[in-house]
Amino acid sequence: MELALALAIGILGGSGVWLLMRPRTFQLIIGLSLLSYSVNLFIFSMGRFPIGSPPILEPGGAGDPANYADPLPQSLVLTAIVIGFATTALFLVVMMAARGLTGGDHVDGRPPR
Amino acid sequence: MPDTFYLIAAVLLPFLGAMVAMMLPQSARLEAWLAGAVALLTLVMVVLGYSSMAAGRMPRVEIPWVPELGLSFVLRMDGFAAAFAMMVSGIGFLIVLYARYYMSPDDPIPRFFAFLLAFMGSMLGMVLSGNLIQLVFFWELTSLFSFLLIGYWQNVAAARDGARMALTVTAGGGLALFAGMLVLGHIVGSYDLDVVLASGDLIRNHPLYHVALVLILLGALTKSAQFPFHFWLPHAMAAPTPVSAYLHSATLVKAGIFLMARLWPVLAGTDAWFWILCPIGLITLLLGAYVAIFQHDMKSLLAYSTISHLGLITLLLSLNSDLAMVAAVFHTMNHATFKASLFMAAGIIDHETGTRDIRRLSGLNETMPFTARLALVAAAAMAGVPLLNGFISKEMFFTEALTASTMPTFMHGILPIAATIASIFAVTYSLRFIHGAFFGPATDDLPKRPHEPPQFMRVPVEVLVFTCMVVGILPAATIGPLLDVAVRSILGDATPEYSLAVWHGFNLPLVMSLLALAGGALMYRLLYRHLNAGIDGTPLLSGLDGRRAFDQVMVFLSWRFARTVERLMGTDRLQMQLRLVVCIAFLAATLTLLPHGLRAGDLRLTPVDPVVAILWAIGGACAIGAAYQAKYHRLAAVVLLGGTGLITCLTFVWFSAPDLALTQLLVEVVTAVLLLLGLRWLPRRFESAGSGDLLARFRRLRDLVIAVAAGGGLAAISYAMMTRASPEGISRQFLARAYAEGGGTNVVNVILVDFRGFDTMGEITVLGIVALTVFALLRRFRPAPESVGVPDQQQGDARDWLLVPAVTMRMLFPIIFAVAVYLLLRGHDLPGGGFAAGLMLSIGILLQYMAGGARWVEDHLRVLPLRWMSVGLLLAVGTGTAATFFGKPFLTSYFAYANLGPLGKLPLASAVIFDLGVFALVFGATVLILIALAHQSVRSQRAAPPPPPEAPARVGED
Repeated sequence: MELALALAIGILGGSGVWLLMRPRTFQLIIGLSLLSYSVNLFIFSMGRFPIGSPPILEPGGAGDPANYADPLPQSLVLTAIVIGFATTALFLVVMMAARGLTGGDHVDGRPPR
Repeated sequence: MPDTFYLIAAVLLPFLGAMVAMMLPQSARLEAWLAGAVALLTLVMVVLGYSSMAAGRMPRVEIPWVPELGLSFVLRMDGFAAAFAMMVSGIGFLIVLYARYYMSPDDPIPRFFAFLLAFMGSMLGMVLSGNLIQLVFFWELTSLFSFLLIGYWQNVAAARDGARMALTVTAGGGLALFAGMLVLGHIVGSYDLDVVLASGDLIRNHPLYHVALVLILLGALTKSAQFPFHFWLPHAMAAPTPVSAYLHSATLVKAGIFLMARLWPVLAGTDAWFWILCPIGLITLLLGAYVAIFQHDMKSLLAYSTISHLGLITLLLSLNSDLAMVAAVFHTMNHATFKASLFMAAGIIDHETGTRDIRRLSGLNETMPFTARLALVAAAAMAGVPLLNGFISKEMFFTEALTASTMPTFMHGILPIAATIASIFAVTYSLRFIHGAFFGPATDDLPKRPHEPPQFMRVPVEVLVFTCMVVGILPAATIGPLLDVAVRSILGDATPEYSLAVWHGFNLPLVMSLLALAGGALMYRLLYRHLNAGIDGTPLLSGLDGRRAFDQVMVFLSWRFARTVERLMGTDRLQMQLRLVVCIAFLAATLTLLPHGLRAGDLRLTPVDPVVAILWAIGGACAIGAAYQAKYHRLAAVVLLGGTGLITCLTFVWFSAPDLALTQLLVEVVTAVLLLLGLRWLPRRFESAGSGDLLARFRRLRDLVIAVAAGGGLAAISYAMMTRASPEGISRQFLARAYAEGGGTNVVNVILVDFRGFDTMGEITVLGIVALTVFALLRRFRPAPESVGVPDQQQGDARDWLLVPAVTMRMLFPIIFAVAVYLLLRGHDLPGGGFAAGLMLSIGILLQYMAGGARWVEDHLRVLPLRWMSVGLLLAVGTGTAATFFGKPFLTSYFAYANLGPLGKLPLASAVIFDLGVFALVFGATVLILIALAHQSVRSQRAAPPPPPEAPARVGED
């Protein structure tokens, strides 16, 4: 299981990095999204891979860490998902504005010399 | 502890006064009263501190700042610091009084007094500092405020240039000083001044001694305008005269002297000290005095004379002799008094006649007799005429020069001759200053009719000149105790016997003094014709132009050199920058991990679930596909990206993270729609167009290698991390306390809205800012001409095609709304919460866009996103603030359960209200982004180019 997920993180991250170095703005958006999946999974995997034990307590007591998934990476990732969404939206609009202003979709605002 | 109060007040008062003065209205009188009162009060504080010190205590305040790094805010007052602080605040007070009459009401007066007071505070902070770093901080503050003061007349080019030059030289030296202080602190192991002063032998024998010495002296010599850094001082004369009188007599330029004297016990006493400082001091002394003779501007003459006197003090300090040290401190005080009064006299002449040019001035003795007498006495003190303070310290200087000349080196040998020559020059320029302006025939050729200044403008000069005379006649009775305390605090038990008397018998120094007076008079007589001929420039030294050299260095550094470096090392191409970032990150990670060996841990692996493996085979394929298709098939890339997102979402479900899965799913939906909305504005791209050349292939291959390396690295680190046991973190605490203290069973939600509520508040603020930015950016959106037209897919009425789905979507809205509310309410105990609910509700709106089209929704939508956002933020902040009314820290939550009978128990934690705020903001922000994006298509259709500058929707209006 560990190997499968590590490979998944690597593939997502690698695809994202490849797209980051591409010249078109749209490629960058897709790349950033892929990279954020990869990073989110990485943070998530800090809590390892418990099955069937979500961090939802029985009312009235303190939770035993052995019975529940680690809630901390989960809340970190939840925050990261929302912020990632905001970044994607912002970047999309910057992309549109740059396209309108420069007439192209190259990241430098002009085609390479 | 009144002692500590005096110290803190002495440093703080001027800064407070500066702030108040800044806010006062333009009226010379008010600011002057304030500044005068502050300066006087500061002086009182210093004197009180001095008196408690004279009573045997040493006032000291220590406020820890970063004690782990040895950084404390320390103020301490010993005799030397007290003497300097008295000069700074005392002369500061006189300057304020003088400036009250000098400054024109047309100048921005509040700024003037604010800067002056702030400068005074910086000087006091520096002289009272008990910590090296803090000393450098105040040192740089004095550079900064002197820059502002010199450039006070911003509309005058000379003032701006002079200010910039002063700042470049003194602040640059300050950087060297900072480095030197760090080295010194490293040698000693402490930045505390008292500790440093007690470790003289350690410092002098340390291998880094020479490094520290050179760096610190660079700071001191630039500040004190020593050759070859002297050129900034004459250009700083573009400042208003009160500023010149203050900066160049008692304060700014004396800071370097102060520092050298302060560190004298630990840095001096070596050959290096003598051989660096003695030649510099000697050259500065002679050069300054020589150039001063040939200045036609009274202030320039005084400026060069200041340079010369500073050289004299540096020379005295360099001699490594205790008696010379006494002479240096004494001369510092004397110079401050007579030079300040001379500057003020020059200012009075400038003020009352309209010129400072000695060639034009003549015979002012007739019209301004009082000022003439005062200037005469002060200039005589500068020349070293007996019965004035300058004479006594100059005699000490001669004595020291003679003592030093018994040493075998040539450098020591020439000191008496050089001292006599410099004194001859000093007499000459003093004579020129007085004779040129006040004697000779009265002239009518002046911009204004000269007359005596207002009486109170003369008072500061009178006080200073009176001091010169009293000290000159009765030195031991007046300045004696202060000088003694000051010198003792530097030399300690090694303080030598010295005699502060006017008459020491007919000895060699007296002969030298008489020789200087006679020689100076003779020289003035010989040069008289040349000087009055009005020739600019200094004979024999016309090639020596510090300003031009400075300008050339500046041009080289800031233009040619910078350009070359930028051309060779810089790139403005984003791709290259990102490539570098990725490569550097990869290298940094590799280099950090390699020494430890990056290998798998020893944790037993969990068996691979085939479902997960298949899922991730699909997810990975989707990711690679998205990366491959993003250039030519954008739609396919968006779909494939969504595929990866869904697999991620399923992974969250699989491994016990329902909250994450829910949020991820909703975010996926919204992101996909937003991306689709953006797609149509991009240029068309055809697969066949120019992708085949060799260079492009090479570039792609290189990027592929980088990407594979980065991905491999990520996978390796992940694997290494996953195969090790996770450290015991704070998660246990969260699990244990979620119900007991947060009142919720959904621990993730409790963490978000309660334990880490402050983070969440920051996060929703960011989300709100992003939404507003999107809105603002799209207000001025200009689509490219080729994307303005209606796309093929929108020709005709889309509603006819999607009739059944559209009706279904519309009917779904209330159901979605109900689900959103349900998610919100149960969020504290079960998966859900404000984020999920907000996104859910905005998906409801989004579906309406799909069903009805942008125009239909805009006609029917009754949502005001800005209001939702502000209400959300207010709710979140309000819930947090409410806790403070109950005496709890910000964002502490309160909870209870309400029993709703058959409906079950409703958790009523105050955190739920916070979550409601999160919900409102997330909903408002998402809908605002959505509306703004969707509106573009409506706008571009409605208006043919040029597009109208209208708001994208009725979003902003209430």
